[in-house]
Amino acid sequence: MAPTRFLIPLGIFIAVAAFLFKGLSLDPKEVPSPLIGKAAPEFSLPILNASDTRFANVDMADKIWLLNVFASWCGPCLDEHPIIVNFARSAAVPILGFNYKDRPQAASQWLDRHGDPYDQVVVDLDGRIGLDYGVYGVPETFLIDREGIIRYKKIGPLTQADVSKDILPLIKELSE
Amino acid sequence: MKPRHKRLILVVVALALLGLGATFVLKAFRSNLVFFYTPTEVFAGQVPQGQAFRIGGMVLEDSLQRNEDGVTVRFAVTDTIEDVPVQFTGILPDLFQEGKGVVAQGRINMEGMFVADQVLAKHDENYMPPEAAEALERAMKIKMETE
Amino acid sequence: MVPEIGHFAVILALCVAMAQAFFSLVGATRGYVNWMAVSRPSAYILFFLTSFGFCCLVISFLTNDFSVLNVASNSNSQLPWPYRLAASWGSHEGSLLLWVLMLSGWMAAVARFSKGLPNDMLSLILGVMALVAIGFYSFLLLTSNPFDRLLPPAMDGRDLNPLLQDPGMVIHPPMLYMGYVGFSVVFAFAIAALISGRLDTTWARWSRPWTTIAWAFLTIGIALGSWWAYYELGWGGWWFWDPVENASFMPWLCGTALMHSLLVTEKRGSFKVWTVLLAIITFSLSLLGTFLVRSGVLTSVHAFATDPERGVFILGFLVFVVGASLILFAWRAPKVGLGGRFDLVSRESALLANNVLLVVAAASVLLGTLYPLFLDALGLGKISVGPPYFDAVFIPIMAPAMFLMGIGPISRWKKSSVPDLAAKLKWAFVISIISASILPFTMGGWSLFVSFGLLLALWITLAGLVNLWTRLEQMSKGDGRTLWTSLLSLPNSYYGMLCAHLGVAVFVVGVTLVGGYEVEKDVKMSLGNTVTIGDYTIRLDALEELEGPNYTGVEGTMTILVDGEEVDQMFPQKRLYTVQQMAMTEAAIDTGFTRDLYISLGEPLSDGSWVVRVYLKPFVDWIWGGAFLMALGGVLAVSDRRYRKASEVSSSPEEVTTST
Repeated sequence: MAPTRFLIPLGIFIAVAAFLFKGLSLDPKEVPSPLIGKAAPEFSLPILNASDTRFANVDMADKIWLLNVFASWCGPCLDEHPIIVNFARSAAVPILGFNYKDRPQAASQWLDRHGDPYDQVVVDLDGRIGLDYGVYGVPETFLIDREGIIRYKKIGPLTQADVSKDILPLIKELSE
Repeated sequence: MKPRHKRLILVVVALALLGLGATFVLKAFRSNLVFFYTPTEVFAGQVPQGQAFRIGGMVLEDSLQRNEDGVTVRFAVTDTIEDVPVQFTGILPDLFQEGKGVVAQGRINMEGMFVADQVLAKHDENYMPPEAAEALERAMKIKMETE
Repeated sequence: MVPEIGHFAVILALCVAMAQAFFSLVGATRGYVNWMAVSRPSAYILFFLTSFGFCCLVISFLTNDFSVLNVASNSNSQLPWPYRLAASWGSHEGSLLLWVLMLSGWMAAVARFSKGLPNDMLSLILGVMALVAIGFYSFLLLTSNPFDRLLPPAMDGRDLNPLLQDPGMVIHPPMLYMGYVGFSVVFAFAIAALISGRLDTTWARWSRPWTTIAWAFLTIGIALGSWWAYYELGWGGWWFWDPVENASFMPWLCGTALMHSLLVTEKRGSFKVWTVLLAIITFSLSLLGTFLVRSGVLTSVHAFATDPERGVFILGFLVFVVGASLILFAWRAPKVGLGGRFDLVSRESALLANNVLLVVAAASVLLGTLYPLFLDALGLGKISVGPPYFDAVFIPIMAPAMFLMGIGPISRWKKSSVPDLAAKLKWAFVISIISASILPFTMGGWSLFVSFGLLLALWITLAGLVNLWTRLEQMSKGDGRTLWTSLLSLPNSYYGMLCAHLGVAVFVVGVTLVGGYEVEKDVKMSLGNTVTIGDYTIRLDALEELEGPNYTGVEGTMTILVDGEEVDQMFPQKRLYTVQQMAMTEAAIDTGFTRDLYISLGEPLSDGSWVVRVYLKPFVDWIWGGAFLMALGGVLAVSDRRYRKASEVSSSPEEVTTST
């Protein structure tokens, strides 16, 4: 009866646990986006409820701003909405609402109902600009600096922790 | 037989069973792993011939066509660089939509058509299976590098 | 107020669990009688506090308190009240509260029903369970508080995932969790036995009923989940080898092995080390299941709320619990002596082989579930392991185990003779072989798969009958009792075993026949069109708009004809849940003893016709019927007279005379 063989289960377990730990860090949401550090793709899109006026990202030049992709058909957007609203109250930086593949009317209603935290809302009806931004999991949020470079990207609903741990410190750092 | 021998035989039988089990597992493993490819990789011909694999990406807008029988559909899966034509016979998942993420499992036929025997859907209104997301991320990377 | 009170109750519960773990464990190891006296009442208090907290959450859901984040995200004012109730455990946070409720419930049950346990043993057991509880209460409070407020409150809720709006889903999670968490009892027994060094037959005897009842709950839970997937997902499948399903199936396989191994330890004192290891593994797999489902490391068709931060917490906890138990095992197990010796042909050997096979099966499921993650972790690419792998592995491993199910119960402990076994079982074997080779012809074509499946099912059933017959014969020879009194005097645990084994046979019949003879058709149908499947002709008679409480949709009226006569009408639906904008296929199923007729609406086509999928699934309900029989067998076994006695009278190691 060699006691070592009683250690075999422990050994196997440690190996499995190590892989599980590695697996956790592989969360697809955590994969650094290739867009980070690149210039934000250019666009010029109609503004919600004023389709003859257009808004382009050059209008945001020399500003740090947040681009928040949302849609009225998207459930998780509602989850993160209170956080965006809160963020807007703190008015750290302007927020551009990016209405993605939505009916403009539905989007307006949605904003009336749940509150409109955006400084401006642009409409990407066919999602073509969204494609340039690599949007696939609405909601998505981008932080863009004064030079128009994407500094931060979050796929999926923003949490309070994202705001306080990542976004606000980054804004502070960028504005210095 | 001495008790020691009996125990030995028992251990041998148990090990044999274990070995048999392991053999099945390994054999099944070799032939049943399904690898994942992006449309760009499919286009470049990096996929195994005659073996089932998965592709992921977005359903190309306006690509959905239905055959006369109503149950065979054709659509294209894109990672924004390349498109792969897909044919599927059966009922598409409730959340299948043009412009949304999709993962399909099947084989490439002689004409370069991907014949899917499974179209997967995750039950989430914001449906983007990780594999589809991966395909788009990789494509984005390639685009960034070539620019 | 209500959510705050609930939150407070759960915080109190955490404090109670901490005190309980401290006083029970230290008291038991040091022999402080006063300290040990804390463990029983604190288990009751813990249960009370947790139930109270749970009720608070339920009240928030029932009263539509959308200022609670959890309610706002998972319920809606339009949601019918039974689903509002179910929604309280439909979310991640709620399901964890259910987890700890179950755990504290099991602890209270141990405190209540273990009168025969020595005080120090009971304290150790409850102390270990309290340690597990601390982990889960902290997890709940730190990362997943179900009582979090939402400011400003939502106007209305986001609604429960339509998939979960279903009667089966109301009871599936509680049953599954009862099973998962129930294994914590036998785990705590095993750890207590390792600490105290009293790893004897008495220990096995105490553990057995707890294991069996937890196993029965798990069986029902898994079966309900499978049944739900069958009718709710609209694909007509009953098992997908999905990671979430596997997560519940692995503890079931090991739990099954554990039940059988405990039997040997109790009756013969053998396999002690193995049994204790199995107890640890079974509960570890339950924890692993929780980890896999809640951390999101694996992708699956079940899209639960997942969060890597939570994953780190559960993984840390998993490492602590399992690592500590395995270290304890490596330290204490070598001191455990060997049990009674046994011959190569004996019931012990049969049970050992069964154990090996079940554990190999569980390991193969684990490998298939985790392998994609391993490859990904090593950067070797993304792959998926699908049903073909599991089918190819599982059937060859389980087939010999099923063959042994016929032999094991009839062979003797210690030493059995091959000629004797052969004499008893030869007719059962011959009849099974002959019937299994002929029966498929009468059902629509011979195939090896069907024939083999039927062979196993018949073999298990007939060997069970032979077993019963032999028992009765011995009894009437012994003291001349009549058949009826003999039948009555056989212990419940014996009937439990027969019932559970019969359940396996029934299950195998279901799986085999639905696999072999299922017919599936996807057709395009307009009003008045018919489709024929088997003996049934299905006619689409009407398509009507549908208005539900929280959905809209279309309902088809399908008339079923047999030989030109109308026999039934079925109403498949396609629903669109308004809040989440999610489409759902509500299949119409006509359930029968020998077949299910299954109709689901696919997609509408531009010309007003629909793609419709129809299935004829022979004997599919036998799958869940079999699972129900297995669980019933477990309940029967626990209802055995001797357990009732054992819980009252302090017991000493049992002599090896009774045979079960």
